[in-house]
Amino acid sequence: MRTFHVIKREPLSRKKQIIIRLLYILGAILMSSLFILAAGANPLEVFAGIISGSLGSMHRFSSTIAKTVPLIILSLGILVAFKMKFWNIGAEGQFLIGGVGATFIVLNFPDLPLPLMLILMAATAMVFGAIWLLIPAIFKAKFNTNETLFTLMMNYIALSLVTYLQYDAWKDPGASGMPKIISFPANAVLPEINGFNIGIIIAAVLVVAMYFYMNHSKTGYEISVLGESPNTAKYVGINTTKTMIKGVLISGALCGLVGMIQTSGVSGTLSVELTGGMGFTAIITTWLSGLSAPLIVLTSFLFGILIQGGSYIQTAFQIPASVAEVIQGLILFFVLASEFLLRYRIVKKDGGKKA
Amino acid sequence: MSIELILSAGVKAGTCLLFATLGEILSERVGHLNLGVEGMMQIGAVMGFMAGLYSGSPLLALGAAAISAALGALIYALLTVTFKTNQIVTGLALTIFGTGFATFFGDQYIGEKVPDTITSAFAPYAIPGLSQIPVIGDALFNQSPYVYFSYIAVVVCAIYLYKTKWGLNTQMIGENPMAADASGIPIDLYKYINITIGGALAGLGGAFLSLVYLTTYQGDVVLGRGWIAVALVIFVTWNPVRAIVGAYFFGILATIGFRIQQYDWSPSIYLLDALPYIVTVIVLVIMSIRKSKDNQAPAWLGNDYFRENR
Repeated sequence: MRTFHVIKREPLSRKKQIIIRLLYILGAILMSSLFILAAGANPLEVFAGIISGSLGSMHRFSSTIAKTVPLIILSLGILVAFKMKFWNIGAEGQFLIGGVGATFIVLNFPDLPLPLMLILMAATAMVFGAIWLLIPAIFKAKFNTNETLFTLMMNYIALSLVTYLQYDAWKDPGASGMPKIISFPANAVLPEINGFNIGIIIAAVLVVAMYFYMNHSKTGYEISVLGESPNTAKYVGINTTKTMIKGVLISGALCGLVGMIQTSGVSGTLSVELTGGMGFTAIITTWLSGLSAPLIVLTSFLFGILIQGGSYIQTAFQIPASVAEVIQGLILFFVLASEFLLRYRIVKKDGGKKA
Repeated sequence: MSIELILSAGVKAGTCLLFATLGEILSERVGHLNLGVEGMMQIGAVMGFMAGLYSGSPLLALGAAAISAALGALIYALLTVTFKTNQIVTGLALTIFGTGFATFFGDQYIGEKVPDTITSAFAPYAIPGLSQIPVIGDALFNQSPYVYFSYIAVVVCAIYLYKTKWGLNTQMIGENPMAADASGIPIDLYKYINITIGGALAGLGGAFLSLVYLTTYQGDVVLGRGWIAVALVIFVTWNPVRAIVGAYFFGILATIGFRIQQYDWSPSIYLLDALPYIVTVIVLVIMSIRKSKDNQAPAWLGNDYFRENR
């Protein structure tokens, strides 16, 4: 006998959607507070620490932005793939390989003038990232090989490759045995404006471009249709393989570009610590945005605050930065649960008939 | 280094992978790709260690590891089964949560040793007769009872999946939930049970690391092994018996890579780390090309099932 029944609901008004989401985020914050209390710390102190640690001064704010920028661009890349229901969870690997591409240029052509150097680095990073995602995509198109698992594996292959380069092939002999690749020369470093590297401008341009591409271009439309229903796409005469490959190239190129921005603008070299797991975090920021380019800015900024604030409270109050990870996880759980109530509703059924 | 020693170290290194792989097989067999393995292993590693440290009881340590990780899996099950959330995103959320959870509770124990009562309970025990088998005897039958426990887990999983009605129903749900639903199988219940037991197994894999493999607590105990387990599930084609071979193969690879470093032998040692993943990719591709019925991923893997959409 079933007395409760789950059915799909009509789309809610925007206002109601936002209210439900906010209520759930509030729930997540309450839950996090309980967790922090149970661990013997003061939740208010932790939250205040996260806010002041990420937004409290110009320097901290720029650190937060430095963490937001890669998340935004990675999320845009993932967005294109997810719109096609191509589950690219290999952003981490494309990011790393992009870093390899950029570093390859620096090591082989160290004397190029700055603008040319940066353009060449970015282009190579994008090509490398695109190829890294193209490999699973080709197998997906030809043999319907599962792209989720394939792209996941590509992350680890990329990581092993970078380990090899850092500890062996590209190891700096002048670093007295330290396994590191040389720091980039000044002509390979992204310029800064008032303490922000120009990655922020690149990210802003890309967000706007992506918005128009997805909503107002033919390919963007085709990508959406393909994601909604491959059959419909074929019916209306879309070349599904070609569209998928196009989308995949954009996705991989964007994630690869982040490899260039981070090596050149933030870490100053390539290392196995380049990504900091951001390729995975970006999957979540993309999903939370509801696959909308403008909202990616918001979700990425929120996670930038959590990451930066988390590392701040560690140094300032000796509260482990892992609190921020726990909060991230809890927020995600709650927001994911809220999506259910946005899409479905539970109704009481009169009869006990088996459906 | 002798072949016996390499095999023995490989089995030891592979045991945590074996537990986690078995768990992920159970989950994927009902169609749920749980990328939270890494997080659940982390939870199991830290909770198992804490329970062991304070109680000194090996059984309580195992229980704490299994139950805490199963609770993590339960969150995943609630979200993906009942709330129909995206499996990939939910699994990643669980990994982030579990990693944070483990670091938060575990960091205060860095450097602490496992109590002697537990170390002696889990000390290697040579099984008379079997451990005398040439080459493999020592590796397989002169190990910690925790390792023997993993053999039991393999046998139980295999019998469950292939020889019981429940196991056959489980497989049907992963292949064709519509048909399973139509034949009256309580799909959601099966999913909950499989996913939760899968989590418990992942937790036991994590606790093997903190209680037996390392014995002194470290910052990040699991170190990405949860992701290797996700790869292994593909490599062993969702088969719990093959999971033994796969887990030890990966364990031996890890051991060899580690040993070779000492000899400063070849430039490719860092590339050797990529080998398990490359092999996994090749297996994945071959399976999709051959389309043989036996070795495929469960057809419904990664998709949620919503009756109204039928």
